[in-house]
Amino acid sequence: MARILMKGNEAIAEAAVRAGAEGYFCYPITPQSEVAEYLTKRMPEVGGVFLQGESEVAVGNMLFGAASTGKRVFTTSSSPGISLMQEAISYIAGANLPVVFVNIMRAGPGLGGILPAQSDYFQAVKGGGHGDYRLLVLAPSTVQEAVDLMMLAFDLADKYLNPVMMIGDGMIGQMMEAVEFPEGDPKKNRVKPEDRGWAATGAKERDPVIIRSLFLDPLRLEENTLQMERKYEQMRKEEVRYELYKVSAKNQLLIVSYGTMARICQTVIDELENEGVSVGLFRPITMFPFPEKEIRREAKKANIKTVLDVEMSTGQMVEDVEKAILGAKPVKFFGRTGGIVPTPEEVRSEVLKLIEPKKKHSVSGKKKK
Amino acid sequence: MTQSNTAVFSRPESMQSTVTHYCPGCTHGVIHRLVAEALDEIGARDRTVGVAPVGCSVLAYDYFDCDFMEAAHGRAPAFATGFKRLRPDMIVFTYQGDGDLASIGMAEIVHAANRGEKFTTIFVNNAVYGMTGGQMAPTTLPGQATSTCPDGRNTDDVGYPIRMAELLSTLVTPGYIERVAVHTPQHIISAKNAIRKAFQYQAENRCYSMIEVLSTCPTNWGKTPHEATQWLEKEMVPYYPIKCFKDPAWEEDK
Repeated sequence: MARILMKGNEAIAEAAVRAGAEGYFCYPITPQSEVAEYLTKRMPEVGGVFLQGESEVAVGNMLFGAASTGKRVFTTSSSPGISLMQEAISYIAGANLPVVFVNIMRAGPGLGGILPAQSDYFQAVKGGGHGDYRLLVLAPSTVQEAVDLMMLAFDLADKYLNPVMMIGDGMIGQMMEAVEFPEGDPKKNRVKPEDRGWAATGAKERDPVIIRSLFLDPLRLEENTLQMERKYEQMRKEEVRYELYKVSAKNQLLIVSYGTMARICQTVIDELENEGVSVGLFRPITMFPFPEKEIRREAKKANIKTVLDVEMSTGQMVEDVEKAILGAKPVKFFGRTGGIVPTPEEVRSEVLKLIEPKKKHSVSGKKKK
Repeated sequence: MTQSNTAVFSRPESMQSTVTHYCPGCTHGVIHRLVAEALDEIGARDRTVGVAPVGCSVLAYDYFDCDFMEAAHGRAPAFATGFKRLRPDMIVFTYQGDGDLASIGMAEIVHAANRGEKFTTIFVNNAVYGMTGGQMAPTTLPGQATSTCPDGRNTDDVGYPIRMAELLSTLVTPGYIERVAVHTPQHIISAKNAIRKAFQYQAENRCYSMIEVLSTCPTNWGKTPHEATQWLEKEMVPYYPIKCFKDPAWEEDK
């Protein structure tokens, strides 16, 4: 299929259709309402379900019910809406069901603003709802990657019978880029509920299927929770994804950044490279499982003096970066929040502050007296 | 006279052979049976899913012999919506208490009914939160004492009980809404007919249906089972009239 120019939100919607999604439930919220506007036309074309619910609370629970059929279902929302879905997310995790959530993050807390942010990292990665559970969390940095990860998200949700969340900042949803979709019939990726023993398809010639998260016997509940933990352990082993950009033995500094912020860091790295300053980028793609060992490996290299974590938040992922590095190298943080996307100049200035004085890059050449 | 082996009364196929956890005198057991009989009669057991609420009947799946799912508190109508939209060929029912449906789940029930979702709600109204130990419900009667209104429901402070059947019947969207009771054999027969009609309408893909069932809670009302049925007749029925509020057949008869 040819590359086409598409807005992030619409590309995400089309990717879900091609991933075999048969149900989409939504509630309008900026900056991702284009997904619903696209799918209200697209889902009927492929015989899928589109439904606008009365609230994100209801939408989350509609997904809980819809996932119980054994078919692929998903929603998209933005930060305050995702907060309202946390009830259902906890239940869906506890019931071991596959649902894909997309959070096109805007700045919070509260109603916050509608501009891009990465301030829902804690909510996505550390568990926004109650109980011992994890989401598998994916973070794209381009529209094409959002398409690819959206398709992967459904496979991972099915593989682990666990909710998967893709977090993209508002920029990913709103910008237009060239994208390419896989060829073929969108319906070919659909799953057969009858093949899935856990799906509620009617107790015909089999015992009833019970989908639940309530276990009043603490030993039974602990068993269910430990079974979930074994899934998370398998994710930690098999699903870690990340990208290295211009990482080399010449690097003086390692930046850790994700999503749109990582792309801005790449611009800075390119500029500095031309000026003889070598900086590498570690871009986590799975936020859970977090690439802990891999970040530690890169940070421990002798040439790396400092690690700089850059986010569109006041510092959330940085806690996991610090935990990964275990004090082996100093970890510094730079971020803007409130919907402000740091400029390359701002990031560059932070990088140069951390480069050793003798190698300090002369910004304008006028500082020498 | 030859001996006949014809069974005139037996356990419905849609029920498991087990003992329930319900208190003596509670009418959940009767209502479960009526639902199971109705499912048997329309031959739907093996294509039915029930949605359990949060409340005394959260363990309904231990008693029904069909696929079952357990929703979050109040969200059964949203849950059922999601399921039924993807599987319109299946029979879906929610089984909800009054705290679940008329308090925390008010938005979900109103919007599901208003969209005309093609599932059935069995709404068990016993005027109190049962499982949590007898707190005030949105359906607790004026003056009725509960653990969170020990001096009786004060309508100046918390307003009047909500009549859900009346409220939902104001929606323009077609639906089948009837209130029944199960405190006498006569009422049980009427309740059974209403529940069966609701499932029949669903099987015909006709409309949303809600059957509100006035139910007893001797434990939390502080009454014997017999006193509870008397209290239901004397106190609940005048406030919650037993009648059909809306039936798609009425429109078709015009």
